[in-house]
Amino acid sequence: MKPLAAILALSTALTLPGLALARPITLTTTLNNYGGDGAYLALYVTDAQGAYVGSLWMAGEKSKYYDSLSGWYRMTGGDTRQVDGITGASVGAGRTLEITLDLADALFDAGYTLHVDAAVEEMRDSPNEVELPLTTAGASATGSRYIASVSYK
Amino acid sequence: MIRAFHRWPGILATLLLTVLALSGAILSVYPAAERLAAPQAGAELSVADLAASVAASHPGLEQIRRSPSEQITAYWFDGGTPRAAVIDPATGLDAASADPDVVRRWLTNLHRSLFLGDAGRIVAAVGAGAMLLLALSGAALVARRTGGWRRWFAPLRGPLAGRAHVEIARIAVVGLVLSSATALWMSASTFDLLPDGAANPAFPAKASGQTGTSLATVSALQLPAASLRSLSLADPNDPADVHTLKTDQGTGYLDQGTGALLAWADLSVWQRVSETIFMLHTGQGAAVLGLVLGLMALGVPAMAGTGVFLWLSSSRARPRIRGNAPPRQAETVVLVGSEGGSTRGFAATLHAALSEAGQRVHVAPMTGFDPTRYPQAARFIILAATYGEGCAPASANGFLDWLRRIDRAPDAPLAVLGFGDRSFPAFCAYAEEVAATADAKGWPQLLAFDTIDRQSPQEFARWGRAVGAALGIELDLVHQPVTPATEALSLLSRRDYGAEVQAPTAILRFARPRLSPWKRLAGQGFARWQAGDLLGIMPEGSSVPRFYSLASGSRDGFIEIVVRKQPGGLCSGQLAELEPCGTVQAFLRRNPAFHAGRGRAPLILIGAGTGIGPLAGFIRGNARRRPVHLFFGMRHPDSDFLYREELADWQGAGRLSRLFTASSRGERPHYVRDALRNEAPEVARLVGMGARVMVCGGRGMAAGVSAALADILLPAGLTPALLKAEGRYVEDIY
Repeated sequence: MKPLAAILALSTALTLPGLALARPITLTTTLNNYGGDGAYLALYVTDAQGAYVGSLWMAGEKSKYYDSLSGWYRMTGGDTRQVDGITGASVGAGRTLEITLDLADALFDAGYTLHVDAAVEEMRDSPNEVELPLTTAGASATGSRYIASVSYK
Repeated sequence: MIRAFHRWPGILATLLLTVLALSGAILSVYPAAERLAAPQAGAELSVADLAASVAASHPGLEQIRRSPSEQITAYWFDGGTPRAAVIDPATGLDAASADPDVVRRWLTNLHRSLFLGDAGRIVAAVGAGAMLLLALSGAALVARRTGGWRRWFAPLRGPLAGRAHVEIARIAVVGLVLSSATALWMSASTFDLLPDGAANPAFPAKASGQTGTSLATVSALQLPAASLRSLSLADPNDPADVHTLKTDQGTGYLDQGTGALLAWADLSVWQRVSETIFMLHTGQGAAVLGLVLGLMALGVPAMAGTGVFLWLSSSRARPRIRGNAPPRQAETVVLVGSEGGSTRGFAATLHAALSEAGQRVHVAPMTGFDPTRYPQAARFIILAATYGEGCAPASANGFLDWLRRIDRAPDAPLAVLGFGDRSFPAFCAYAEEVAATADAKGWPQLLAFDTIDRQSPQEFARWGRAVGAALGIELDLVHQPVTPATEALSLLSRRDYGAEVQAPTAILRFARPRLSPWKRLAGQGFARWQAGDLLGIMPEGSSVPRFYSLASGSRDGFIEIVVRKQPGGLCSGQLAELEPCGTVQAFLRRNPAFHAGRGRAPLILIGAGTGIGPLAGFIRGNARRRPVHLFFGMRHPDSDFLYREELADWQGAGRLSRLFTASSRGERPHYVRDALRNEAPEVARLVGMGARVMVCGGRGMAAGVSAALADILLPAGLTPALLKAEGRYVEDIY
């Protein structure tokens, strides 16, 4: 498996007001060989009540297909400003997406949840395929349709 | 100008368009196959019933989709494993696997992005733009060639490659315009250049909090199943979640507890247009149209091949003008109206010969002619081809308009020479109109209007001598359009006729030369030919070939011509002395305009003297016993009755229906035109049955025949010109 060259550092994403402290995390998403075109992935965070907080990454550049990522689309109303500057190429079957970003300390161990929606052309939509809590210890999970694993540390 | 818009995008995009067209043609089959394979829903089936029956047989159902090809797919989770299947709507049960087709996906990616992502999508869009430009410029060229949009399907003449190119184009152009224009729209849509994005309603903030209503009773789902796009079911464990319904009218959210419609948004006009365009391009939802478009796309590789071939052969045939004198110093100005470039070749020969004779000569296109640019001009010479049915050739556009507009013609005298093909009804019509208009404007004449038939080097040399005489110089125009590759032909036999009537004529039969395997495969040289094609013979001591109509086809296994010895003729003199086993250098030139063709309609063959050559070839090759009527004119039956024995045999074998002869010497002088008039009712009857008239021989004979036919056909309201326009009256005249 070849890690996708989508490694970048974000300093502004999800920096809550008044909370300057942030820690760098590396988020790795590996897709299985589902036998289709490149997958669109939306990575976003909700709070303890399940309300949308912000987006971490959007893999897939054509906003007209974002409504297939229905979890993200419902939360944001399809607002592309949510992913301005944090958008990259879709991720091919069997490939790995690795992103590095600075997340505010306040997001960890406070009931926040990371969600990954996935969609592939002419195949089923897979909203909220993976959810995992944000903890300082890191976490990993496996998906059900397209995603082999998601982990961060 | 239009030609440039056709040529360059075509050459640059040849490979790309071939790839796009072939992949598109194969993809066009899928929607039709899917449409045939997909289990059909009854017209009375509602979305509610469909959803209920699928949900009943698929616990964990997440989504039901209906493709434009009417295939219904269900997605569900079976104990944590995602599953999908094509559904039979009648039963709600699995009918087939829903795995995407690997080959189809591969072809789709090749077709839309050449596997190069967005860069490839842009390349494909540029290809679509080039295709649209080619289709539109090509359509304009076809209209110009056939003589107008109303004559779009008029019969074509000319060499095979050019004819094939246009024949395919005028059928396929509709599909190609549609496919390329819709492709551009889809590209614009993909790159978010159009406001046709999803217009989904705002997600409802509040749901009833209940779950588990029966889908069968939801009133918002009481729609025909045919209108369904997709139905995504809410997560039953999350009471805040709702069902999402997409139909051909719009998108809405349904409460999973009460079935109430919580929000709805109609499709925007842009979305509807984009969906229609998607259907037109892919054939998904319009399978038959898709197949038709795919079939038309198959014309693209053929047109790319013939188009590049046409371009290569015309650029090879276009010689450069070396040492073109500057306009201000030119004494002689040669204006060229050329379409494919062959007339320009003649201009180059004229330029070279005049320059050698010490003249300062400038060659320029007729388009944009301005006499004030040539202060020293002592004479103007126009060499003009004719495009299609009497139109200006490419490099003469606008000249006639200019000529009609001016008040005063230039003082330096003008000579006009027309180039054309007598087998076309509008032979040299454009050049003739230029000459007549110039005359009417009072432009002094250097030489009377003259014509060159089928690029005849001899006629051009003769005209050159007239130009030389007018200028007081010796002018020897040796024009050789394209250096032909000759082969040595060995004489098998000769039969001599006509010595007693001062018309020494011989039927010469040559052995077919040995061919390299490549030539045989590629059909080059003497690999394949038909009676009516031309044999070019290079006489010793001259670089100008002489052409003779072939009296045999390649199936006969030998090469036969009929040659009359001309007084003082170089080539015919050498042939007259050729003994068996002697050789000549020769090459083949196709002449598709004078083939008998494969039809079943009767043939009326009319010839005199050596003109019987190709006609005898047609009869010899008439194994299918098509009705053939031959009118043959000779001097005396005892001396120059060519093919006398064979004609009797062929008549016995049914290859020749009737033979009418006329002899111009003897007690009752009789010409072939007289023989025609004698048989007027029969000739009129045959023409009425759709007969094709083929005339071969001298110009005088052909004129007499045409006049006689005009009289014979008059009562039926037909004219030779009308038959010519239909391709039913063809001449091979020398």
